[in-house]
Amino acid sequence: MASFKPVKVQTIPKLGERVTEDTLYWKNYKAPVQIKEFAAVTKIEFSPLPPHNYVVTASTRIQVYGPHSLEPVRTFTRFHDAAYGGSFRGDGKLLVAGSEEGLIRLFDTGGRVALRQFTGHSKAVHVTSFLSDGYRVLSGSDDLSSRVWDVASGTELNSYTEHTDYIRAAAASKLNPDLYVTGSYDHTVKLFDVRVGGSVMTMQHGHPVESVLLYPSEALLVSTGGRYVKVWDLLKGGQQLVSLKNHHKTVTCACLSTTDNKLLTGSLDRHVKVYNSSYKVVHNFDYATSILSLAVAPDDKVIAVGMTNGVLSVRHRKHTEEKQEVLGKRRRNPAYRVFIKGKNYVPKQDDFLVSKTVKQHLQKHDRQLKCFQVSKALDTALEVSICIWRRFHKPEVTVAVMTELNRRGTLKNALAGRDEQSLTTLLNFLIKYVCAHSHIHAREMTHEYINSNIIFILCISLNVILGDSNKLMRLLQRLMELLGREAELQQELLQVLGILDTLFASLTPRKEVTGPAVPPIMQGSQLQAA
Amino acid sequence: MVEESGIRVVRCGGNKISFRAPIISKDSRFLLCASGDLVKVFSTSTEECVHVLEGHTGQVTGVILNPTNHLQVYSCSADGTIRLWDFIDGILIKIFVCGWPIFSIYVSEKHVGIAFITIHMESKKHGENFQLVALHLPKVPEQEVEAREMSAVLCNISSNPGSTAMGRGGEYVASVMGRQLTVYFFKKLKTYRFSLKATDKKGAKNAFTCVACHPKDDCIATGHEDGKIRLWRNFNQKKEYTYSTQHWHHDAVGTLCFTTEGMHLLSGGVESVLVQWHCEEVNKKDFLPRLGGAISHICVSPDGQMYSTSHLDNKINIIHCSLKLSAVIQGLVKGNIWTDLMIDPRTRALVMNGRPGHLQFYSLQQDKQLYSLDIVQQEYINQEGLDQFEVMRAAFSVGGTWLATVEERGRCTSDLESSLKLWVYNEKAQSFELNTTITAAHQDRIMHMCFSPSTETTMLVTTAWDNQFKVWLLGLDSDTQKEHASWSCDYVGSYHGLQPTNCCFSSDGSLLAVSFKEVVTIWSSDTWELLTTLCQPPGPIRELCFGRLSCSKYLLGTTAKNLFCWNLLTCSLEWSTPMDVCLLRSDPLSENVVAFSLHSGNTDLFVFRPSEPRPLFTQKAVCGGKVQRCVFSPREEPLDSCDERFQWLNRSRLYFLTELMELLTFSTKAEDERILNSRKQLLVDDSVAVTPFYLLLGKHRQQQEEKQNSGVSQAADRVQPPQASVAIKELLHTPAHVLPAASFLCSMFVNSLLISNTGSREGKEPAEQVEESEKEEDDSEEEMETHDYEQEVRTQGSVEEAPPLLSKAEEKELRRVRKTDFSWVTNLASS
Repeated sequence: MASFKPVKVQTIPKLGERVTEDTLYWKNYKAPVQIKEFAAVTKIEFSPLPPHNYVVTASTRIQVYGPHSLEPVRTFTRFHDAAYGGSFRGDGKLLVAGSEEGLIRLFDTGGRVALRQFTGHSKAVHVTSFLSDGYRVLSGSDDLSSRVWDVASGTELNSYTEHTDYIRAAAASKLNPDLYVTGSYDHTVKLFDVRVGGSVMTMQHGHPVESVLLYPSEALLVSTGGRYVKVWDLLKGGQQLVSLKNHHKTVTCACLSTTDNKLLTGSLDRHVKVYNSSYKVVHNFDYATSILSLAVAPDDKVIAVGMTNGVLSVRHRKHTEEKQEVLGKRRRNPAYRVFIKGKNYVPKQDDFLVSKTVKQHLQKHDRQLKCFQVSKALDTALEVSICIWRRFHKPEVTVAVMTELNRRGTLKNALAGRDEQSLTTLLNFLIKYVCAHSHIHAREMTHEYINSNIIFILCISLNVILGDSNKLMRLLQRLMELLGREAELQQELLQVLGILDTLFASLTPRKEVTGPAVPPIMQGSQLQAA
Repeated sequence: MVEESGIRVVRCGGNKISFRAPIISKDSRFLLCASGDLVKVFSTSTEECVHVLEGHTGQVTGVILNPTNHLQVYSCSADGTIRLWDFIDGILIKIFVCGWPIFSIYVSEKHVGIAFITIHMESKKHGENFQLVALHLPKVPEQEVEAREMSAVLCNISSNPGSTAMGRGGEYVASVMGRQLTVYFFKKLKTYRFSLKATDKKGAKNAFTCVACHPKDDCIATGHEDGKIRLWRNFNQKKEYTYSTQHWHHDAVGTLCFTTEGMHLLSGGVESVLVQWHCEEVNKKDFLPRLGGAISHICVSPDGQMYSTSHLDNKINIIHCSLKLSAVIQGLVKGNIWTDLMIDPRTRALVMNGRPGHLQFYSLQQDKQLYSLDIVQQEYINQEGLDQFEVMRAAFSVGGTWLATVEERGRCTSDLESSLKLWVYNEKAQSFELNTTITAAHQDRIMHMCFSPSTETTMLVTTAWDNQFKVWLLGLDSDTQKEHASWSCDYVGSYHGLQPTNCCFSSDGSLLAVSFKEVVTIWSSDTWELLTTLCQPPGPIRELCFGRLSCSKYLLGTTAKNLFCWNLLTCSLEWSTPMDVCLLRSDPLSENVVAFSLHSGNTDLFVFRPSEPRPLFTQKAVCGGKVQRCVFSPREEPLDSCDERFQWLNRSRLYFLTELMELLTFSTKAEDERILNSRKQLLVDDSVAVTPFYLLLGKHRQQQEEKQNSGVSQAADRVQPPQASVAIKELLHTPAHVLPAASFLCSMFVNSLLISNTGSREGKEPAEQVEESEKEEDDSEEEMETHDYEQEVRTQGSVEEAPPLLSKAEEKELRRVRKTDFSWVTNLASS
C-alpha cells in the first residue's frame, strides 16, 4: 500500500549570485557602524600590533580609534590645513602625516605634540610612510618630488623628481628598507631604490594612479587608477599580470585581506569588491557614497571604509562565540534526549516486537485533499497567502494546490457555490500574484496558465451572483486590466528580443548557425504572452 | 551442435498473473495463480515463485483447490482440459479432457467427483452465450482421461468467473447476467430468477457485475454497475425475497468475496480500495486504500488468515486479515508503452512504462519486477477519463548514473504541460534521486532524446516539435556542498525551421546527428557547428542510428521506403536498399544492427553490419503485426555459438515488443537446453517446514542428493545416470495414489532394465573396416578425454542417450568382445 503523496510545491532556484565559501566568509560581518567625521576620509590605516588601533585621516585631524570604541582614542589637531596620509610605524608607536601646507609631522601615539616636523616640500604632501627600518620616512608631494627623511635628525636624505605629475600614492617595501613604490598622476608607477639613488623600474598604468599596494611577498604590485586595477609582476621586471575592470568609476583605494591575501578595492562607484586569487570578483559591499579609503584589520576582524561625505563606516566580523550564546538562550526547549526517549531501545532476543505504524505528517491542505475535500483545501491554501504575517506568505503553496485541483479535474467543483467573501479573497490573491515575477519567477507560465483557467471558471460561476455584487465586478475588472497590461509587456519584451536577435545575427559571421541560446523559460512565457 | 532450426522466437515471461482469481492453500503458505498457460505457485511469505506447473497448451482460465484433498489443485484451460496437480511437489496427477474451451471452474464439497465448468452454449459455435455444466470426473487409473459426461445446470450465463458462485456448501449456485440474478437449487432442481428494473429512480445503472455467496448463511451479495452492493435473503421463494442495499463505491463494484467464516464481506473496484464490510454491523466499514491499479479479484485463504487482491496492473497483494499488507507479487506491467525499451546498465533490467507515472525495472532473468520508480510523484487519482501525467520518454546515460525522463499531460487538449526531469543514481540509497526538474523544457512535445556517450561531459540532447533541438549540460559543482550540480540549457539549434525527429550521437560522442524531415544534419558536439547535411529524398527520415565499434564511421537512416547507409568520412552514400524498415537498433556490444520490416502483415527481421549491405541473418515473419519496440540486452556470459548465422546473438539478446504487447526474444537451442537443465536442478523443495520428521529424513536425503550431484558431475550431463535407477526410484518413492497406471509403468520399468546400446551402429559396419577404425579410435580416445569437459558444457543434457560410465579398460574390452562377436555372426550368416 503506497502512502498518500502530498502536493508537490515547486521551489524555484534563486537566480543571481552563487553562494560560495567566499561569499559566506565576506557576508559574515555585522551591520556597519557609522562614524561622522568633519570632511572626507582620505586615509585609514591599521596598526600592525594588537590591539590594532586604526588611524583615520580626515580634514585637519588625525584620529586614532580603538578596534571596538566608537570614540577616538587620541586626536591630533596640529594641522592648520587638511592633513593627509596618516600612517603608523612598524611598531605602532610613531605616526607620520603630511598636510596641504607641505609640512610632514611626526607624532608619538601616546603623546599629543608633534615630535618632528619635516619641511621642504613646496606643495601639499598627500602620502607619507615609514620605510621598514623605522628610522626613515618617505613622502610624496604635489611638487612632483618624493623625498626620504631621517627621523632622528629631521633632515632630508634624498629627493627624487622623476614623476611629471602629482604623486598621490606610495608604498614602502617591508622586506627591504631601501625600496619603495610611488604612483603618480602622470600614469606611471615607479620603483625607487635609495641605494641606487633613483627609480629602477617604471610601469605604465595608463591612468592617473590613485593607490599602489605591495603584496607581502613583494613579488606582486597592485596599482589602481581610472576604472582599472592592474597587477604587476615585479620579479619579471614589471610585467603586467592582469588588468581588472570591475568598477565603473575611478578606483581610489585597494588593500589586502590578511587571511589569504584577497584583494579588496574601493571605488567612487560606492562599491568595495573582493577578488579571489584568480582575480574574479567573489563579493561586493555596497556603501552609501563614493569611497576614498579602505582598510582591513589583521585577521579580517574589521573593515573600515572612509567616504567622501565624511562618514567612516566600520564593519565588525561576527564572532563564533556570539552564535553559541544565542544557542544557549534557546535552551528552554526540551532536550534532545526527551525526544528519543525509548526510541533507541534495542530489542532483546526473546522480545516480541510490536511495531507501531509511523504516522505520515501532512499539511492541512494535503489532509483535506486526501479526503477529497477540494473546496476546503482551496480555502486552506488561500489562507496561507492572505495571512497577516508576511513571513508566512506562501503563494507557491496556493498555486500548487490550484494546479493539483486542476489536475484532478475538480477545480470547478472547488470554486462552485462560493459566497462573495471567499470569492473576494480569491480574486485578491489573483490580483496580487498574477504578475508577481519576483515571487514566482520561473513558474510564471504555469501560473498564468492556471490563473487563466481559474478566471475562466470564475467567470462562469460569477455570472450567477454578479448582478448584485459591485465589489466583485470591480475586482474582476482590475484583474482583466492587469492581465492586459501583462500581455502588452510580454509583447514588448518579445519585440526587444527580436531586435537583439537581429543584432546578434549581424554580429556573428555568416554561417548556417542559428542565433544564441535563449533561456528556455523565457521562451515559454513569451509563447504564453503571444 | 546447433541444428538447422537452432533459433526460435520465444515468449519471454511477463504473463498476466491477475487474469483470474488466485487461490491460497489451506495452510496459507502458498498462493497459486494462472499465468498464461502456466500455473504459478508463490510463497506467501517470501513472494518467491516456488513452482511452475507446466502442461496446459492454452490460457489457464481457472485454478481451484480440490475440495477432497487440500494438497491438490484443479486447473482448467482454454485448451479444453482440466488438470489435477500436486502443487507442493509440482507434479501433474491427472488430465481430464473435456474437448471444449473452459472459461471457469467451480467445485464444492457436496459434489464429489463433479466439476462445474463454464463452456459455450453450442458446442461448435463460438457464440456469446455460455452455460454452466456439471462435468463428471471419471475415476479411472489412467493419467489422461476423457471426461464427456456432462449435464447442463444453468444456461445463458456470463463467462466472467466472478458472476457465478457456489452457495453454502454447494446447496445452490447463483449467477448474474445483465440485470438478472439466477439461483439454482440442486436438491429441489429449481431455478429462481430475480430481475431489477432497467432504470432506478435516478437512472442509475442497475446491471449486476459480480456475485458472492455467504459460506454459512443463506445470503447472496451482488455488486452493481453504479457501485451499490445488494445483500439478498429469502431467495428460495419467488415472491417474498428481500434485499438490502449498501453504497460506498463510486464506480462499478469489481469483485466481491465473503471471508471464510462469513464475518466480513470484501469488495473492491476501480478505486483500488479494499473495503471490508462487517456483516453484523451494517454501517461499519474498514478500508485499505491505494493498493495499486483497479482491483479485479479478491480471494480469501481457507483459514481466513490471508486475503489477496489481484489488480489490473498485474499485481497480487497479499493482505493479512487485520488489513495489513504483507506481501506484493508484481509481474510485468503491460499498459501503454510510450517510452523505448531500455536496459538499465547497472542492473541489466528492462526499463519501460509501468504503473501510471512510474518506470518499472523488470528483471528479464528472474521474470520479476525489481522496483518501480515514481517519476511523476503525484497522487494518482483512480478515476476514468482523467488527464493524468504520463512518462513519455526516458533515456539512460551510458554508465547508468543519469536518467532523463519526460512527463506530459494534456496531450489531447491544446494546453500541454510537460517537464523534463533528470535523475541521478545515488549509490548510498541504491536508487535514482531527482536532480533537476525543467518545466516546459520545450514549447511543444519532446520527440526524442539521447545522452552523449562521451565520458568527459554529461550531455543530453532533446528534439521537440517546436522545431528546435536543445542541448542540456550538467553544471559544475559549486564550492558549497549545499547545492549540487544541476542541469541547464547549453545550446539551442534549429535548421531552416524544420521539425527535428531523431537525434543520435556517434559512439565516441563527437558527432551529433539530428534528422529534420528529409535532411540529416551532422553537428560537432564541441563547438555546435553544423558540419554537414545529408539528404536522400524522398520521404522524411524515420530512424537514425550510428554504427558501433569498427563501423562507427557509418550512419544509418531509414525512410518509409529505403534504408540508407552513409559513410561519414566521405560524407557520401555508401549503400541503400529499398526496404520498409519500421524499427532500427544497433547492438551496443557489437557492430550488428537489427532492422524490423513490415511485410504483408508480418514483421521480418534482418541483422546486418553497416559495412556491407548483405544481411548476416534474416528471419521472415518473426511475429504477426508490427514490432513496436526492441532492445538489445547484454548477456551475462557470452555464448560461444560457432554457427555464423547466430553469432549475432552471442554477446547480447534481442527483446522486442509486438503490437499485442507481447515481449518476445530469440533463443538458441543450446540455450534452451541449458535453461531446462538449470530448472531441473532448481526443483529442490526448500519450502518444506522443518519438522522432526524432516530432520530425520533430511540427512538421508541430502546424502542422496550429494551422491546424485557428484554422480552428475562425474558422469557429465551428456551421460545420463542409468535410467533403471531413475525409473525404479520413481516407481518406489512416488506415493501409491498418485502413481500412473501400472501398464504405463511396466514398459518403462522393462526398458530401464535393458542396457542401452550405442555399439549397434558399429555392428552394422563391414567387418573389414573395424580393425582400422579401432586403431584410429584408440588414438583419438585420448583427445576425446581431454575435450570431454568442453563438450559437456556445450551439449549439456542433450537428449542423445549415452551408455553408463565405464572405466576405459572396461570399455575397450567390451568393444573388443562385441566386435569379435559380430564378425563371427556375420561370417556365419554369409556362410
